[in-house]
Amino acid sequence: MSLDVRALREQFPILAQEIDGNPLVYLDNAATTQKPQAVLDAIMAFYTQCNANVHRGAHALSDEATRRYEKARDSVAHFIHANSREEVIWTSGTTEGLNIVANGIAQRLQEGDEVMVTQMEHHADLVTWQQACTRSRAILKVVPIHDNGALDIQAFEDMLSGRTRLVALPHVSNALGTVNPIKKLAALAKQKGALVVIDGAQGIAHGGVDVQDIGCDFYAFSGHKLFGPTGIGVLWGRGSVLEDWPVWQTGGEMIARVSYEASTWGALPNRLEAGTPNIAGAIGMAAAIDWFSKLDLEAVQSHEKQLLASATEQAMAFDGLKIIGSAPDKIGVLSFIIDGSHPADVGFILDRQGIAIRTGDHCAQPLMRRLGVPGTARASFSLYNTLDEVDSLFRALKKAQMMLA
Amino acid sequence: MKLPGSEEIVDDLAFFDDWEQRYQYIIDLGKSLPPMDEADKTEDRLVRGCQSSVWLKAHRENGVLHFAVDSDAIIVNGLLALVMAAYNNKTPEQILTFDIDDYFQQLDLERHITPTRGNGLRAIVSKIQDIARESR
Ligand SMILES: Cc1ncc(COP(=O)(O)O)c(C=O)c1O
Repeated sequence: MSLDVRALREQFPILAQEIDGNPLVYLDNAATTQKPQAVLDAIMAFYTQCNANVHRGAHALSDEATRRYEKARDSVAHFIHANSREEVIWTSGTTEGLNIVANGIAQRLQEGDEVMVTQMEHHADLVTWQQACTRSRAILKVVPIHDNGALDIQAFEDMLSGRTRLVALPHVSNALGTVNPIKKLAALAKQKGALVVIDGAQGIAHGGVDVQDIGCDFYAFSGHKLFGPTGIGVLWGRGSVLEDWPVWQTGGEMIARVSYEASTWGALPNRLEAGTPNIAGAIGMAAAIDWFSKLDLEAVQSHEKQLLASATEQAMAFDGLKIIGSAPDKIGVLSFIIDGSHPADVGFILDRQGIAIRTGDHCAQPLMRRLGVPGTARASFSLYNTLDEVDSLFRALKKAQMMLA
Repeated sequence: MKLPGSEEIVDDLAFFDDWEQRYQYIIDLGKSLPPMDEADKTEDRLVRGCQSSVWLKAHRENGVLHFAVDSDAIIVNGLLALVMAAYNNKTPEQILTFDIDDYFQQLDLERHITPTRGNGLRAIVSKIQDIARESR
């Protein structure tokens, strides 16, 4: 069955607008996705029907708020195939999730221990580990990529050692679109006894994430890249690992018993969720997941594949355009540069034509240096984009190239 | 080559009725902005935008401030030329009394100098104003 993109688009009110008289063509989905009406409705319903704090009120509103909030956790657990709902920790986003893990591992690393990341990391999955290593005098090892943006699997294997305590890598690269074979890599790392952390910020929105099948220990993602609101995300952790994971923030909600002298911690998941949570965010994120789960995943994936294939084909035929990142397994992202033009200039002229892309270093400065570019222009696609929009991108690019020549 | 003055630019831009001509004009201005010596592009003169980088060099002579600016992006250079038309070779007083927001509004470009744009332009404007304040 093919995806009815027209009908899908109608569920995204924001997409119907014009920018400077041109229809908005939103191709910045790797930065954040738009939100369907179902998500907007769920957030509005929470605030209009049952806004109250969770887990504490002795009244009907609080009961209902708690019910919706905890049901949201169930939706996430089911969506990613967690072993249990206690493995789902609410965070403010991928960044916070990774910081919870980095903070914990920093307390356990010994001098000379090793943490491994890749050259394609987003700063969120690099600076975190770098700082954890600095604090504990551990060694950060960076697995190289090939020139086409694919991970050097042989190097990954060779660089693992008996001292590798943790391996962190992205499911999908935000700057290049490279899909990493995370199941295989997780298995290699597990053989050495290392913890495996997947930065799922870009992987989650393409569907089919099964944390048990992947075999990792942590998988972090953000609601806003999955058609949900900003300010909410999830850190999934394997129960046995999470169980005694060092606490992150301290305060209300996460404690069992408190005296002036000392405190004991509560049980998972609350132990890692101090303070009043982002209740509306969690409910909105679950609404996004429920909405996404009702789609025909195969049709979504095949539509996304078509979008990228069409974009890649037109990019290859475009004189003076160089694609940055052409790993064999790639999804959602076309990064490129136009000969002789700065990406910021290209973005500027596309913007005036109603086309939203991102330009710059994509929060991956070391990766840009590795690739020898100052930055790229990046078009990133989501399920509501159309092939016509891909054509519009290239028409607008032609104009940009002419004007900048 | 001599860059036009701020009034001239406002007039020129008002003359065009479509965006392509306006942008082309800014691009051409950007191309005619004299490049800064590579040796002058030092770290302390760099104003980093998240998408493009801008360098600013200033010196004072006979009560007048002289600036040199450069960017790695051509449209940012064009916008910088607009800023230079307003600020270069002026006294600190002239700089501080010039209404830059109104100027960009007249040019219909205020969207491009908002702090959120990340092209370093707003930061350059603030820096020039700071320098003017310090040299009063
Ligand atoms: C690969 C990757 N990791 C981490 C992040 C950080 O996500 P957030 O800013 O939502 O915490 C992003 C988002 O830009 C990303 O693309």
